[in-house]
This record gives sequence, structure tokens and C-alpha cells, in this order.
Amino acid sequence: MSDWYRDFANSGFGTTVTRQLGLPRPAVLRRHEPGQPLLPGPAVIGSAGEGRLREALTQLLHAEGIHVQSPVTADGSGDGEKPAAVILDATGLRTPADLASAHDFLSPAVKRLRATGRVLILADPPSDAGSPAQAAARQALDGLVRSIGKELLDGSTANLVYVPEGAEASIASPVRFFLSGRSAYVDGQVISVSAATVPAAADDEKPLAGKVAVVTGAARGIGAAIAKVMARDGAHVVAVDIPAAGDKLAEVANGIGGTALQLDITADDAPQRLVEHVRERHGGVDIVVHNAGITRDKLLVNMDAARWNSVMAVNLQAQLDITQALLDAEGALKPDARVVCVSSQSGIAGNRGQTNYAASKAGVIGMVRAWAPRFAERGATINAVAPGFIVTEMTAKMPFGTREVGSRINSLQQGGLPVDVAETIAWLSQLGSAGVNGQTVRVCGQSMLGA
Amino acid sequence: MAAPTRKAAIVGGNRIPFARSNSAYAQASNQDMLTATIDGLVARFGLQDKQLGEVVAGAVLKHARDFNLTRESVLGSRLAATTPAYDVQQACGTGLEAAILVANKIALGQIESGIAGGVDTTSDAPLAVGDDLRRVLISLNNAKTLPDRLKALAKIRPGQLVPEIPRNAEPRTGLAMGDHAAITAKEWEIGREEQDELAVRSHRNMAAAYDRGFFDDLVTPFLGLTRDNNLRPDSSVEKLSTLKPVFGKGEGATMTAGNSTPLTDGASTVLLASDEWAAENGLPVLAHLVDAQTAAVDYVHGGEGLLMAPVYAMPVMLARNGLTLQDFDFYEIHEAFASTVLSTLKAWEDPAFCKGRLGLDAPLGSIDRSTLNVNGSSLAAGHPFAATGGRIVAQLAKTLHEAGPGKRGLISICAAGGQGVVAILES
Repeated sequence: MSDWYRDFANSGFGTTVTRQLGLPRPAVLRRHEPGQPLLPGPAVIGSAGEGRLREALTQLLHAEGIHVQSPVTADGSGDGEKPAAVILDATGLRTPADLASAHDFLSPAVKRLRATGRVLILADPPSDAGSPAQAAARQALDGLVRSIGKELLDGSTANLVYVPEGAEASIASPVRFFLSGRSAYVDGQVISVSAATVPAAADDEKPLAGKVAVVTGAARGIGAAIAKVMARDGAHVVAVDIPAAGDKLAEVANGIGGTALQLDITADDAPQRLVEHVRERHGGVDIVVHNAGITRDKLLVNMDAARWNSVMAVNLQAQLDITQALLDAEGALKPDARVVCVSSQSGIAGNRGQTNYAASKAGVIGMVRAWAPRFAERGATINAVAPGFIVTEMTAKMPFGTREVGSRINSLQQGGLPVDVAETIAWLSQLGSAGVNGQTVRVCGQSMLGA
Repeated sequence: MAAPTRKAAIVGGNRIPFARSNSAYAQASNQDMLTATIDGLVARFGLQDKQLGEVVAGAVLKHARDFNLTRESVLGSRLAATTPAYDVQQACGTGLEAAILVANKIALGQIESGIAGGVDTTSDAPLAVGDDLRRVLISLNNAKTLPDRLKALAKIRPGQLVPEIPRNAEPRTGLAMGDHAAITAKEWEIGREEQDELAVRSHRNMAAAYDRGFFDDLVTPFLGLTRDNNLRPDSSVEKLSTLKPVFGKGEGATMTAGNSTPLTDGASTVLLASDEWAAENGLPVLAHLVDAQTAAVDYVHGGEGLLMAPVYAMPVMLARNGLTLQDFDFYEIHEAFASTVLSTLKAWEDPAFCKGRLGLDAPLGSIDRSTLNVNGSSLAAGHPFAATGGRIVAQLAKTLHEAGPGKRGLISICAAGGQGVVAILES
């Protein structure tokens, strides 16, 4: 599905018109292509105070073959090429006064940031602060990064990663993700990493090689995109959907060399059947993506029990029951498993006519947060992804006005694509993402809803 | 020197929902349906780009262009193009016969894996021109000069333009299969009510099987159809009793559209393999194909019913395996007509018939009816001739697997031309 307005705004004539009329000019985002470098240009790394991550960040970028520039001076004279990423190590922050150095570094550097660039800030979490002043300084970054996200143009993004003491080994995977094209539509997000045993980096091209991934709701839309990206990254995908969608499901499975499992995930015996399937056919499962979801919209006052119950059953209860069954059954869920649950922007912001849907999707966020410590004990993780306005067959059926407004009210001024959600899920599914646990990552282009 | 043999494993199956003639699949060809069915099997078992030992399938009603139907379907599928294939045809026995052929090659170690299948359409059926017109057209094609061509064309007569439509009738008797079955039903004094009861049970069993998800890994939707559209979950003896007989004549006629299978479109496939191949590919073994037997009867001059051949095949196979008719946990007797199933069972119970016709000292005896066609059969699903065998093999294999190891199942399928195929599966 093409974005006619974005294409127009990026044409020769369209550029002139949108500039003169002051209309939004959504950029063509930098999305991941296998074989492309992490960044299309050099990176610049700065510190606020005496940070502890700068050295590790520099090494990480060098290992990726990326030139690291010295910080841009206040007068804006940088060394040569414009940076494709501006990275701030803010782990040295002690007081709000130290934030001035963050400003000193970021202001000239961000000015030189090239199109589809990345701003990434790493800091200690406010909750671990030794004093209210330190907590204030750390929390201040939250407002800073979200505002930068709104100021950036041309498809650039800004995100913040909180790194507690002892979790330094966990940063490589999120840093790579936020700099890469995989995070094209992830903007204005704040995630926290935790200490974890992070295995040595896997094959960059096939980070999921040898893994078995169950993806529910895989027959179409976002689920089909997830299945494709997982397969591209090397996983064998067990594509699950309701029996009535079996023909589409078979097409998806055959397109990616995966297998189709027709299963109504709300059936009483569904968790058991899934457990048996992954044990018998694959000796257990490494990755589970709870993507299946339905909407049955009505205003609360008009909503019948059937609408409420069916949405809850598919969107929340099935995720709970299947995850629990996999945890309980010996040999079903690999010790270092990755579970990713699809939530929604509606679960964060609420949405008129979606009390049932929003409740179920908010429930998912609570579920992953509560389960995270238990997953961490076994070396596993569980996270949620909350898509914003994603262009699918479903949004294509929306009225023109609603669709255009819905897709523009975010910092990137465009709807995301199913692949954007899929890339985020595939990243959380990597073994290297061991330190990302219990998080909800929004894939919304920094939507104004619920931000 | 005979090589040691092994039993072929049934890994699983796939079929498309069966559709009554000229309904959902009216525009689908045999090749469309068989290709889609193979692709569904490929998706279920991850066979993309795999080279299998052989694919064997067939259709009863076939266009001349479909001379290589199965191979063409393989080429259109996601299987490796290097997978060999051939067609077979044994009327309604085609599907089961295909499974036996694949299983035998596996048993002999000639192949490690294979797909057996069948497909039929009565909607997209071939029309033939009459022999007179055909001869004219051939001579037209052979004519080298314009005058010769005009001379050939001039031989065409309006009457020749009426196409020959394939009929569900025996060439040697001119009787429809249903009329043959009606003769047998009368001979064996099969009542209307017991036929209707059997039909109702078939519908209810199959509807219940769908509802509990039994067919989730046996059927893949096709062209908007997710269940067999002949299936009537709310069927009842009262409703069926109102139907008028369509086969047989006069007072004693008992066979209606409700207790006979309708013309149906559909396709089915079964994946068979050696145990080793299944294990290497991480695939389950639902059951093994233990043995099989075919028989034929002389329904033209010999005084036997057209569809009674399985009755003759059965004792031969049982004796070879040292089994009695009662040594099975599940029975699948193809419901071409309810009366066929009931005549078959009655014949096995009849001492005089078993002694006189089958040469047995004692009758084969009766079976526990609650173990017969437990997940529904052709009266509910419909009967796309060559696709029925694959449906039954996969369905019975799964039934046995669910019941646990060491369970035995029996298949009996009657076929046009006075033939029958029977087989034993074991989990």
C-alpha cells in the first residue's frame, strides 16, 4: 500500500508546494535491507559528565565498521561528513546542572544530523538514583528525548535507553537496533535494560538462525509480516491461525519455508495442542509471538457481552493460557526463550469505541511486566510491542479522512508498515536482546496518542 | 531374493473441503484442486522444495489435456520440481489404491517418502464429441488442401454437435450406480429407516469432529469454503424420511438423495514415508499401512452386486494377517450409499453367503456399530470419487493415533466396475 501523500511530498513539484504551503513533508524512512551497514554514515558520541559507556559504545561502532567522530564544537564546525547518528552517554549525570553539558553536545550535533539519522541517549534509570537531584536529572532526559523526537525532520528518530549499574553488557543489542533501519518507525521511546547474561553476537545477517518461532495470527497483515521477517532472519516459523484462514496461512508458510498450524487459540485444548505440536515436531520452541488479535468495536454503552468476551478471549486470555502452558510443560519452551506479545497504542492511550480492545491490550502490558522476573530466572525474556497506526488491509478500509489524519498525527507524519512492527519483534527475539525484558516498545512513529 | 520389507508410515494428510457439484468449486479444475491440496500438505509438513520419492494420484473424470495430471500438479506446487509423479485410476478405489502403491514402494525400500492423492470434479467435467464428429475433425486435421478440408467439413451434421456428457453409469449395464445399489439393497432387504439412521449418524459424527477441531490438521480451506458444504449438522431421521426415493423402482424403493452421496468436487492427499524419513524430518507417524487387498465381482453375469467386491476382498486380507473382523478398534466403510454399508455388513454376518460365496466355514460376523465411521464419512462429506480414499486414510490414521499406540483400523471401499479395495492401518 503506497503512501500517496508521502510520495507526492518527496517529488520535485511536491517538495516546492509543501515547502511553500508549510505542509508536513513525511520522509521516506530508512528501513533495514539485508546486507546494508548499521548506519549510512559516521556517528558522533558525546558525554554528559563522566559516563561509563562511551568506550563500549565506541568499540561497538568500530566493530560495525562505523567511523566515530569527535563531538561537534559549539560553533558547528564538525569534522567533515554529517553524522548519521548522535549518541549521548549520560550515565555521568549527577544534578540537573550537568544537563547543560548534554545541551552543549546535542545542540550543534543534532543540527548537523543527516536525514533518517538517529539520536540515542543512554543513562542510568531514575529509580536507581542516589538523590532527588540525580533522579531529577535522569528523568529530565525523558522529556528531552521526546522533544527532540518531535523536532527532528526527514525521518530521523530519537530514543532513550536506561542502563542500570551492572547492565552494561546488555546495551549492544538495543544500541544496534535503535541505530539501524530496523527501528525506522520506533521514535520517542524510552526502554530500560537489565543485567543479563548476553551471549556472543550471533550472525548479523541471520540472528535467528536455528530458532523455531511460533507466530499466531500469521495468515495476513502484521502477522504475515512478522513471519516473513523472522524467516528472513533465519528462524523456522510455525505459522498459526484459525482453521478458516488456513488457505492464506498455507501461502504464508509456503512463501517462507515454514509450517502452517491451523488452530483456534481460544479453544480449550489449544494450549495443549500447541505444546504437543512444538514438542513433537521441533523439540520445543525458542520464540513465541502472540500476535493474533481481533476488534469488535462499539461504544461501551452499546457493547454486548459477546463483543467483550470474544476480544478478551483472543487478545488476552489466549496469550496468558498459551504462555502458561508452555512454561508448565517440560521441554516445550526453551530455557532462553523469547516471548513477544502484541499490545496496541489503544492499550496505552485508550480509544473511543474500543473499551474491550484497549482493556485487553493494556492487560498485555501488565502481563509482560509481571512475568518478566520469572522469565529472567530461566534466561528468557517476555516483552510487548505496541503498534500505532500501521497501514494494513484493515486501515485501507477506513474512511479517507480518518485514515489520513490517523496516519499523520505522529512525529514521522506517516503510518508505519507491518514490517516495522515485525522488525521490532524480531529484534526482541534475538538472543542478544537478553537484557530487554518486561518492556513495552511502541512502534508508532512517536504518535501523539497516549504519548 | 526377496528384500526384507517394512511398513509404510502415514504421516498425515490434507484435503480441501468437499463441495457439492456446481457449487463452490464450479470454476476449479482437477489440476487447480490437486495443486492446492498438495500445497496445503507442503505447508503443514514443511515440504517446500523437498524432493519426495513419488507422488501418485488420479481422477476418475479426466480431461484429455490432463494426461499427466499429477505430474503437472507437482510442477505447479511448492514441492521440488524433481519429484516424480504418475496417475492411477481405479474408480472410487483410486485414492486408496494410490496410497497402497506409495506404501508398497516404501515397504520395498524403493522410495523413502511419497504423497498419495486423488481429485475429482463433476462440475468441470470433460465433454466429448461423438465418434462421428470426432472422425470428421480428425480427417479435417489431416486434410492438406483447401478442397480436401471443405470436403471433410461438409460431412458435419447438426446431430453430431451434441456433446457426450459423462454419466455416472456402468458402461456394461447402462444402469446408474445408484440403481445397481438399489438392486443389492433389495436383495439384502435393507430398510429405509436404517439407511436414514446411518446417514444422520454420518452427518452428526462429522459435524462433531469439525467442532472439536479434529479436521484442523486434515483440511485446508479452498475458494472460500472452510467445511464440506454437503454437511448437514442438523440432519435428522424425520427430515430424511420426507425425501422421495431416487434409485430403484416402485414400492420397495428406499434410496433417496439423503442416504446416497451427491456428485461432489474435491481433492485429498496423504503423506507416507518410512519411519526413518519421518524421524529425520521431525514428522509424526500417525499409523502404518499394514496390508491391503483388492477384489472384483462379476456384476454383469455373475449375479453379484456391483458394489459388493470389498466383501470378497476382506476375508482374504484377514486370513493373510491372522485376524478376524472383530479385531479392529475402528472401521471405515465408504458410504457410497447407506445401503452399500448395510449390505456389506449384512453379507459378512450371513452364514449362507459367507459359506456359499466366500467359501468360509463361519461368517465373518458383526462389528460394534459405534466404532464405524466415527468421524463421519461420505454421506456427510460428499464423495469426489478419487478423493475419498485419501480422506479416509488420513482420517482413520488420525483417529487411531488419537486412540493411542497398537490400535487397528479397517478400510473398505467399493468402486465402479464391480471392484473393491480394503486395507488395514495400525497405530
